Amino acid sequence: MSVAILKQGDHLIASIQSALRDHEVLELRDELADRVGRLRARGIVIDVTALDVIDSFVARSLRTIALTAKLRGAETVIVGIQPEVAVAMVQFKLNLEPLHTALDLEEGLELLNDLTAQVRQRHG
Amino acid sequence: MESDSSLTHEISTSVSEPEASLEELVAYLRQKRSALREQWASRISEAQLLRVMSQEEIFSEVTAVYDNYVDALETGSIETLQAYARDLSDRIIPRGVETHEVLGIVLLLRDVLARELFVRYESDPGQLNRVLDIYEPAANRVAVTVGVSFVEQRERIIREQQAAIRELSTPVLRVRDRLLILPIIGGLDSQRARQLTQQLLRAIREARAKVVVIDITGVGIIDLTVANHLVQTVEAARLMGARAIITGLSSEVAQTLVDLGVDLSMMQTVGDLQGGLEEAERLLGYTVLRVEDAPPMTDQ
Repeated sequence: MSVAILKQGDHLIASIQSALRDHEVLELRDELADRVGRLRARGIVIDVTALDVIDSFVARSLRTIALTAKLRGAETVIVGIQPEVAVAMVQFKLNLEPLHTALDLEEGLELLNDLTAQVRQRHG
Repeated sequence: MESDSSLTHEISTSVSEPEASLEELVAYLRQKRSALREQWASRISEAQLLRVMSQEEIFSEVTAVYDNYVDALETGSIETLQAYARDLSDRIIPRGVETHEVLGIVLLLRDVLARELFVRYESDPGQLNRVLDIYEPAANRVAVTVGVSFVEQRERIIREQQAAIRELSTPVLRVRDRLLILPIIGGLDSQRARQLTQQLLRAIREARAKVVVIDITGVGIIDLTVANHLVQTVEAARLMGARAIITGLSSEVAQTLVDLGVDLSMMQTVGDLQGGLEEAERLLGYTVLRVEDAPPMTDQ
């Protein structure tokens, strides 16, 4: 699979290296769901900088990943959506709601820190 | 009139040669130049075409077009006429001459000449047919050439103006670290809106912007297409991790948006640019403090 999943503190970083086939997207979903529980991760950053196209299947899968991870206690942030990809996604009404998005990896990790800090505060 | 009858005579002796007929036709049109030209000019005034031009101007253009027209009939080559038509178009387009006027005057000339031919060959239908066989395709080609040249010139001018407008188009300005302003002035069409979105998204990536204030004070009218473009822009910016704040909605624009039923749930709007900037600063964690012992403002 052309996705490297790295652990960084409380967070997982899934860096997509090239366009994904449908089955690879599903593998990514299962892999992330598994690791979130195993590694007790609080957040996931999925870096899609390398993707020139995000089609409806990928968009839906990203949402599913986020919702699944949320149920297992982790927030997901999608980072690195290219301008052209963003325009195309909006035009084709590919909705990533309620996903968090950020400009790049750095931003995404910062956002995750904020999000998980809120959660921690809530739990005292 | 004497020369006329002698020419008619000449024609009737050379009936079987179309080449001779064309030459004769051209010679005849040259000979009747001033009469036909006047007739054409008066038909143009009657039809109220080219009202932006004075009688003298019309007459001098009419003369030039007439000569070029006859030349084109004679040589069958439309290049000179085409060049003239382009040049003429360049001169009259800025004055607001419309396509229907140009086509109208060319067709009038065609009518004037055709009628002249009918009168001339009245007594000899066979000869009239042969002359029309030569005249009609040539005249049609000339009419098409002039019309097309005009439209082409107009399209070229429109393209140039569009390019100029695009260059003037909207700048994306950086106000603070990670805060951009996009002031939109003037009407938005789909192309401009698309270009604007692209510019904004690139700027977001380059400046690593977190908040963008889109000010539409300068947008007079908004329709469904433009409203949807705005929503899409906001949405696309969000996908890139930037929050967009729309400011400067006039009461008319706000009402239109509500009437159109545009889904504004994604849009954060603030009354004016100042409010938008303050909101953006709040989001980014800036506070602006007034310094109490600020130096007095001077003209220097």
